Amino acid sequence: MNCRSQILELTVEARQIEETVLAVLHTVLLHRSSGKFHYKKEGTYSIGTVGTEDVDCDFVDCTYVRVSSDELDRTLRRSVGEFKDALRNSGSDGSGQISLEFYQKKKSRWPFSDECIPWEVWAFKLNVVNLANEQERQICREKVGEKLGEKIINIIEVMNRHEYLPKMPTQSEVDNVFDTSLRDVQPYLYKISYQITDSLGTSVSTTMRRLIKDTLAL
Amino acid sequence: MDGELSPQDKKDLDKFIKFFALKTVQVIVQARLGEKICTRSSSSPTGSDWFNLAIKDIPEVTHEAKKALAGQLPGIGRSMCVEISLKTSEGDSMELETWCLEMNEKCDKEIKVSYTVYNRLSLLLKSLLAITRVTPAYKLSRKQGHDYVILYRIYFGEVQLNGLGEGFQTVRVGMVGTPVGTITLSCAYRTNLAFMSGRQLERTQPIMGIIIDHFVDRPYSGSSPLHPCNYRTTGEDDGGNFPSVDDSQEVCTTSFSTSPPSQCVFTVSKTHFQTPRPVVMDTLKVPLLGLTFTHQMVIPSKEGGIPVLPLHPAPGVQADGERVPTCNLTDMNQHAATTPSSSGEAELLSKSSEGKSGTPQDVLETTFTRKVGAFVNKPASQVTAANMDLPFAVFAPKIVESEDTDVMVNPPDSPILESPLHASLHSDQSSGSSGLTQDEFVMVELKPAFSKDDFLPMDLGTFYREFQNPPQLSSLSIDISAQSMAEDLDSLPEKLAIYEKNMEEFDAFVDTLQ
Repeated sequence: MNCRSQILELTVEARQIEETVLAVLHTVLLHRSSGKFHYKKEGTYSIGTVGTEDVDCDFVDCTYVRVSSDELDRTLRRSVGEFKDALRNSGSDGSGQISLEFYQKKKSRWPFSDECIPWEVWAFKLNVVNLANEQERQICREKVGEKLGEKIINIIEVMNRHEYLPKMPTQSEVDNVFDTSLRDVQPYLYKISYQITDSLGTSVSTTMRRLIKDTLAL
Repeated sequence: MDGELSPQDKKDLDKFIKFFALKTVQVIVQARLGEKICTRSSSSPTGSDWFNLAIKDIPEVTHEAKKALAGQLPGIGRSMCVEISLKTSEGDSMELETWCLEMNEKCDKEIKVSYTVYNRLSLLLKSLLAITRVTPAYKLSRKQGHDYVILYRIYFGEVQLNGLGEGFQTVRVGMVGTPVGTITLSCAYRTNLAFMSGRQLERTQPIMGIIIDHFVDRPYSGSSPLHPCNYRTTGEDDGGNFPSVDDSQEVCTTSFSTSPPSQCVFTVSKTHFQTPRPVVMDTLKVPLLGLTFTHQMVIPSKEGGIPVLPLHPAPGVQADGERVPTCNLTDMNQHAATTPSSSGEAELLSKSSEGKSGTPQDVLETTFTRKVGAFVNKPASQVTAANMDLPFAVFAPKIVESEDTDVMVNPPDSPILESPLHASLHSDQSSGSSGLTQDEFVMVELKPAFSKDDFLPMDLGTFYREFQNPPQLSSLSIDISAQSMAEDLDSLPEKLAIYEKNMEEFDAFVDTLQ
């Protein structure tokens, strides 16, 4: 099975990094999160309820919808914060890419460790620019808002193609497909990583690859 | 599973489509209410949340949707449409977008109804939630209030897009294949907002935020009226003006199976169940002082939003500081819904005024359940002018029972500050006058809304009256200005010398700014 990947690209100002990335990640995770599974006898299960919350952006003229889960929001904000700091530390006018990868775990026999098999990857490439004055910032705020709206529509288009999704697991295998650590919702297993390119267009000498969500213990 | 759909699957599919249609309408209308929506996740299934999504049901919206469907389901050639339009306070209206739930003939016979179709409909609703915040009408709906309101209309049948103007765009939300056809959800939205370009859409808080009743007949549909997208209920028992749902609403208690598809288990049980109450928003007491009512609860006056009472307020009207009876929004909705004509307002007002004379000019305080934080009505406290060390304190309105003792009508005998203000206010009266109102001086008691303040006895209306004709600033008078200009010209060479001497310092400062 091939992993499908989608790439989104956006040019933003430094202060818009956090909100644009969160908007994209939350929109994807909204579609890739389910209610908590409650397994019953005879192999049946019921599903909890997913609430939603509108989030207004401060630096971008846009509102996005996220899953009502503070835990999930905190996890994403931590990752995005690290990405944002790395991007800013790389110097002005750089670019970076943050990836959200959904994967399944495949149990292997000892001594081999479990395999992580990605089935969907969303890559969000950001080009950061510096603006000279407030008027340009205001124009940028509106333009980025429009573009972000287009990205959200792109995400929705892909989601509704109804391509491969992991089969619903049995109770013993649910942790191989879903992240069951959250109390209120259950997203598919995912990990976030990022890569920074400095303004010269070359990769930094040590490519930073932080696996924020990694259940493999190597 | 080949061949025809089993009866159970057919029944389930019909139910899914019906509730999907109802939830679609709820999502769209709630997204145009003008506020952020927030619902909670719940780890335990409640049985009442269709498609495992927490989407609250506004009873009026469900009622309208069911009325439009009239027992039918969206199907091939029968689309359900939600039209969102904008109506200005001057009565102009414009269609903004039309959401269409349609079905085409492309069938997917192999798909599992109870599992795959259900989950894909859930995904489609999530997409709808996200995309309703992205279309241009969302931003307009967040700013609705004073200048315009957003209305919705549900209709069934053929899609009508000719009201969207030229160059409208279409965005497809998604598609779900079923054994009887493919459900598609899309939105056509207006791109040409030229009608709005001359109007000031950017406003701060509206003076009076809510227009309650807009039953406007559309010329070409002739069927369904427009409704405002700002329904709220207080969460209390509203007396069930709208039969919110059937008493025996079906709840969705869905169990899924991890076994092979042939052993899928799906149960939908019928229980006696009332739709959960919509979100209770914060209530807000908004004084509506001296408004001219029509069947629209609020019409801001043309003079900058300060409405003017008629000449002779009813004797029962009291001045500042009075606590006025409240009227529940749902009561208003009931009245608005049942008596859209202007006669409805009289009932409404008389219900609210409670013992006062039932004229529309009575002071009213109405409870709105809408978060408009700037317009909090603080309970008036008794503050006497003597407690406050203020200029013109003697003009501060006291708590009076009738207009005869109103200081604005009858200035007190005690000496007061001489000022041009005083002269302009009481041009016919000397400071020593007292007693009844001058016959030739007609007192228009200006009671602007939201002007009560705990701390200052002088309210906005008094302030406005007093400072309507302020004296000219002395610096603007010709003699003084000429004199000061002469002085300025004399000192100019000296100043220039100083600036030239410190030129380097100024240059350094400019460099730091870059």
